[in-house]
Amino acid sequence: MRHGKYPFIIGFLVVPVALYCTFVVAAYIQSFQLAMTSWSGFGAIKYIGFENFQKLWNDDLFWKSLRHNLFLLILLPIVTIAIALVFAFLLNVGGSQRGGVTRGVRGSKAYRIIFFFPQLLALAIVAVIFGRVFGPDKSGMLNGLFPDSWSPWLFMADERWAMTCILVVLIWQAIGFYVVLFSAGMGSISSDIYEAAALDGASRFTLFFRITIPLLWGTIQVAWVYLGIAAFDAFAIVNIMTVDRGGPNGATSVLSLMIYRNTFEFSQVGYASAIGVVLFFLTLTFAALTLRVTRRESIEA
Amino acid sequence: MTNLTSVPGADVVPAPAAKSAGRKPSTKREVNAFTGLAHIGLVFWALVTAGPLIWVVLASFKTNTEIFLGKPFALPQSFSFQTYVDAWSEAHVGRYFFNSVFVVLLSTAGTMLLGSMAAYVLARYRFFGNRFIYYLFVSGLAFPTFMALGPLFYILKNMGLLGTYTGLILVYIAYSLPFTVFFLAAFFKTLPYEIEEAATVDGASHTRKFFQIMMPMARSGLVSITIFNIVGQWNQYLLPVVVISGPGSDQKLLLTQGIAQISVSAGYHAQWSTLFAALTLSILPMIVVYAIFQRQIQAGLTAGAVK
Repeated sequence: MRHGKYPFIIGFLVVPVALYCTFVVAAYIQSFQLAMTSWSGFGAIKYIGFENFQKLWNDDLFWKSLRHNLFLLILLPIVTIAIALVFAFLLNVGGSQRGGVTRGVRGSKAYRIIFFFPQLLALAIVAVIFGRVFGPDKSGMLNGLFPDSWSPWLFMADERWAMTCILVVLIWQAIGFYVVLFSAGMGSISSDIYEAAALDGASRFTLFFRITIPLLWGTIQVAWVYLGIAAFDAFAIVNIMTVDRGGPNGATSVLSLMIYRNTFEFSQVGYASAIGVVLFFLTLTFAALTLRVTRRESIEA
Repeated sequence: MTNLTSVPGADVVPAPAAKSAGRKPSTKREVNAFTGLAHIGLVFWALVTAGPLIWVVLASFKTNTEIFLGKPFALPQSFSFQTYVDAWSEAHVGRYFFNSVFVVLLSTAGTMLLGSMAAYVLARYRFFGNRFIYYLFVSGLAFPTFMALGPLFYILKNMGLLGTYTGLILVYIAYSLPFTVFFLAAFFKTLPYEIEEAATVDGASHTRKFFQIMMPMARSGLVSITIFNIVGQWNQYLLPVVVISGPGSDQKLLLTQGIAQISVSAGYHAQWSTLFAALTLSILPMIVVYAIFQRQIQAGLTAGAVK
């Protein structure tokens, strides 16, 4: 049984571990290290302690970007999960009731197929599409739909609304995935439970809030973490879709874009790494908080 | 699924009959109204989902003048495929498309091979350092990819891999490993040990057991995670932007990068219909693939979130 075990184990692990360490682990370790330097990407590396973090503290764009990330972090999960839960519920138990058996609406499969499709599109391509959908003149889809008498909406070019447009696009793409995810979860809730509740005269709203949501809590938690991580990213969409990349006037700047621009455009690799380190701790805090705050309320199905 | 339980004769379910008989008509009306509202909501979202995509296809046949007229969902005055020819050859969508296909084929194959090898060993063999390596992989899930952009760029540069597909494929594989290993290790743990033991008794080597017994048994898990990786890598934008950069990379752009670039130049030259044709060309294959494999794709992409 033990014959040749170790050569086999080593043979199977060496390539994946080597690749992973070279491109992932080493890169992350270096970014912690570079966060303490003023490296520009060329020449000697000079350690400057926590100076980068001090600079961050006084960087208005950093705080602005952080606010935008938090805006997405709060609204993206809430809105997406709320809408997706409602749609999933309608698909699964929105249909007619027959002798206490509540069924899904007709065509629920077709709806699911359509809703899910945006998930297959690259965020980059979605960003290009919506860049035109939100076009600030009549060539944009929405402005084209508005009556001719309206003056064109600026959408992405309007500082006040640009972030909202980004949020809308992220929601548009995400909802289908979570409808399917929650549908699968609802499908695994025993129909006996719904029947029993329906026999007791529970309305659909009671079913939704008292049965569906508590029993799906685990899945909702996972959804929250996923969407939160997406809210910390948003690079593709901001880089492609926004006016002036992160503009107008920094109105759509996010941390991932700051990291990218500082690394590749402003030759401030050290500073970019410091932002990366901050982002890492933010993500970690968020994931830990989500799991802790929501833990107590979960119910085993 | 609750919506499958339309047993004939379900109407005879006894209990509620006596109690609710009196208020049945009103309940029924409430239900119909609810179902109606449900359909309105669902149709609305279906339109919101499909609308922009239909609009893109329509606009790809329009002239600039037509596009600027408004009326986004009006049919184009004439159907000419010239914009598609332009997009395919002059804007190089065709090249970008095949670049993406090439990279994703190799990187997904590599991810699956290396990922399942590592996951299998970590899931089913006890040895010193097993847990350490496992958690090393899993901890990669906690780090945002763009955190280490700079270091990654310079690592590739020092190795001479910048602007090469070799570099990109290796990076794709490396960044796909955490989730692949995490998912497959859990999957391999659930497979029965008896068959494997029988094979050992028959004298099968470890390598042979893996390829001829465990891989076939793990097929459903492998299919899910393969789809997950194909979609994830096909849709990557950040990593190719970092890796496929520098002089001479124009020819090598992937589809996501290419479309983003066409979008920028379309803005300069006001060639919107070419952009829309390019977008249509990049969406259509996804629709075709989705139409064929939609069940597997939905299962594969949600597999990661369902425990």
